[in-house]
Amino acid sequence: MKLIRRQNADLWNWSPVDQLSTLREEINRLFDSPFGELTRRMELFNGWAPPLDLYEDKDNLVVKAELPGMKREEIEISVHDGTLTISGERKYEEKSQDAEPYRSERFFGRFHRTLALTKPVQPDKAKATYKDGILTVVLPKTEEAKPKQIQVNVS
Amino acid sequence: MTTIAHTENRAGQTNNVSANERGYFVPKVNIVETKDSFILEAEMPGVTKEGLEVRLEGNELSIVGGRETGVPGAEPVYRESSPRDFRREFVLDPSIDTAKLSATIEQGVLTLTLPKTEKVKPRKIQVTD
Repeated sequence: MKLIRRQNADLWNWSPVDQLSTLREEINRLFDSPFGELTRRMELFNGWAPPLDLYEDKDNLVVKAELPGMKREEIEISVHDGTLTISGERKYEEKSQDAEPYRSERFFGRFHRTLALTKPVQPDKAKATYKDGILTVVLPKTEEAKPKQIQVNVS
Repeated sequence: MTTIAHTENRAGQTNNVSANERGYFVPKVNIVETKDSFILEAEMPGVTKEGLEVRLEGNELSIVGGRETGVPGAEPVYRESSPRDFRREFVLDPSIDTAKLSATIEQGVLTLTLPKTEKVKPRKIQVTD
């Protein structure tokens, strides 16, 4: 992987165009990323795909999404047929009238992610919070999906 | 390292492999230049004010964001995010007044304002009679 990157580096160097330089960097990042980040890097071709994590404890499924720099009202969450959908739009805010872009790596615009939930949940009891650019959705499992302890009486 | 420079070479030189190889996640940044300053935004989801470190050594600026990941008491089932801390380094142009840097972090986006020295700011000269 590293070898390919270095060989290609010179090919890219000829262009003074900012966009190509960004593309080159994305490609470098793709090759330098550990395997777990590869899915995330696919956003280079598919648009913005914020990374999602799914956790489970005794009572809940917890989904976390990295959505830095959004407003609460720009995020939509829905649960339908055992699938969680998180979508929204991050709008570009003009810094000032005379601002010239120098480096642009951040994505702006719409995103749409769906995640199959591994356990049945109660959508009406779901709670979502947005803090430090992380969306956390807590989905309580249905009573049937919760682990039960069965008392065994030994007589 | 990413160069923030007030020069013709706008593409700058980029080499973030070092931060990556040392086990950090390289945050995405946007940089704009206005007539008074450079404004840098870095995506660091999960980083609070307390977890953030902005360090300046000579003309080298480094931003480090430590974060807590995971959900206490819960098991990960599926994971796409990186558990690594963020780090990225920049070389600042001499036109930047390093004494006047300011930083804020809001909803996981760090905003750094790097004002230019008075000398390089464009100035309007009044014509007097």
